[in-house]
Amino acid sequence: MSGGAKLPVRVAEVVEVNELIKRFRFVSRDGSDLPAFSGGAHVVVEMDDHGTRRLNPYSLMSDPEDRSAYEISVRRDDQGRGGSLFLHRHVKPGMEFVLSHPMNLFPLDNRARKHLMIAGGIGITPFLAQIAQLSHFSGKFELHYSARSKPLGAYMDRLSSAHPGKVHCYFDNQSQQINLKTLLATQPIGTHLYVCGPKGMINWVLSTAESMGWPKLALHHEEFLAPGTGKPFEVQLAVSGKTITVGTAQSLLEAMEAAGVDAPYLCRGGACGQCETNVHKCDGTILHRDHWLTPEEHAEGCKIMPCVSRFEGKTLVIER
Amino acid sequence: MKTSLTPVDAPSIRSRPVYAVLESRPASLHLIVADGEGADAVVEMLDKANDRSGMLAAAHVMYTPGPDGADHGAALEAIGAAQFFRAPTIPSLLPRLQRVLLDAHMGTQFYLAGTEGLIGQAEREIMNTGFPHVAIQKEHRGSTVRRVQCVHCKGITENVATDPFKCSHCGLNLFVRDHYSRRIAAFQGVNIDAEDPGKVPESVVRFK
Repeated sequence: MSGGAKLPVRVAEVVEVNELIKRFRFVSRDGSDLPAFSGGAHVVVEMDDHGTRRLNPYSLMSDPEDRSAYEISVRRDDQGRGGSLFLHRHVKPGMEFVLSHPMNLFPLDNRARKHLMIAGGIGITPFLAQIAQLSHFSGKFELHYSARSKPLGAYMDRLSSAHPGKVHCYFDNQSQQINLKTLLATQPIGTHLYVCGPKGMINWVLSTAESMGWPKLALHHEEFLAPGTGKPFEVQLAVSGKTITVGTAQSLLEAMEAAGVDAPYLCRGGACGQCETNVHKCDGTILHRDHWLTPEEHAEGCKIMPCVSRFEGKTLVIER
Repeated sequence: MKTSLTPVDAPSIRSRPVYAVLESRPASLHLIVADGEGADAVVEMLDKANDRSGMLAAAHVMYTPGPDGADHGAALEAIGAAQFFRAPTIPSLLPRLQRVLLDAHMGTQFYLAGTEGLIGQAEREIMNTGFPHVAIQKEHRGSTVRRVQCVHCKGITENVATDPFKCSHCGLNLFVRDHYSRRIAAFQGVNIDAEDPGKVPESVVRFK
């Protein structure tokens, strides 16, 4: 079975954090401890949305040393494909779910002298777990957290009071912005930078840091892509001998799964590389949406990441 | 068997350090550490730099003569870096580097040039701050003598030229491996006559 071993859990608590964000607490169904994880890890939540199977990745935000439960925070996306709407509208305490084991594509580099964290909106969630982890061994960190407005700045109060002087908040509706150049110019040697938030923010932070001489290996980011919607398209699966149609609100990976094909995956957000698939024939254009393949690989068109990428054209044959 | 002592690619063993030609990169501070003929590598890099004067204005150079006495310090001092520090030996250079690292900021570029002993020990100081070691530029010039740790007594012998050699601490006959420790900044020396004590191959000069 692709995606690794699964964790059967039950929803213990649902909390409305603000008008856009809800927090869900999962405990194991048999009351045993959940597997350990490290700050920055995510789980894939399997949902049965009235017959539609949804598997969405969410960063774990709870203290990695607390194995009694996992907590995630989900921002409602009214224009999304429906995963967050399902969680917000239909999930109640007591409901049973299946989670993937935690996996970490955004870990702290604990060789760092200091950890500089930059969060935008719901991108705060992996930092909550990382900060809890660092607090256990007095790791040095500084958080710069932007939100649209004060009411939408989830967990800002809790973070500010627990870590006075280390948490800096910015509000778009008060035209406040991180003074990035000064911030990056004044970090002690051996600092590692972590950024999670909207794509534009990640690109801005990474490109500014690189232009100021920060080495790539000291720069860490995480961005889960929702698969996105598009026109339906047909794909031939060479190994399985099947031809499938990918629907408007469906990913290629989901369409393969719906057709009974056990395709590999881990993050389902274009980040981890697990679902990389060879393209046998392509008469048309692959709409690459991942950030796993290199720009050269995107141009070559010999590989596709079925979790987020789509196709437009006549024929697509892939090795699956 | 690979014979090159200063590989620039495909090392004989994974831990064997790999070197490249220094190139100037954008930075708020250019921290340059060199010994012996490493001075020439720094001078050549500056000759090729797009913004030579800008780089020199933000450059801090630390220099010590090489283990073979090679002293190109005058030429290096003459390039006119904002700060030039000359130390008599590597151990007397390192405290200066440690002090500078305390106040250095991200955006600093590191350039190390000269013998492997100097490069390795400077790299260790920089790496200990948490700075990614692969982002430190290193160019090997001059003497190929090695800094070797005896894996048995853990003592370090500087400037090893022959293989095998006698550990300067415990006296065991050591074979010099390409196996390298970044944490210790030394190659590993392993007892060569452990099975048959006294049966030691003839010592040859492998490093000059």
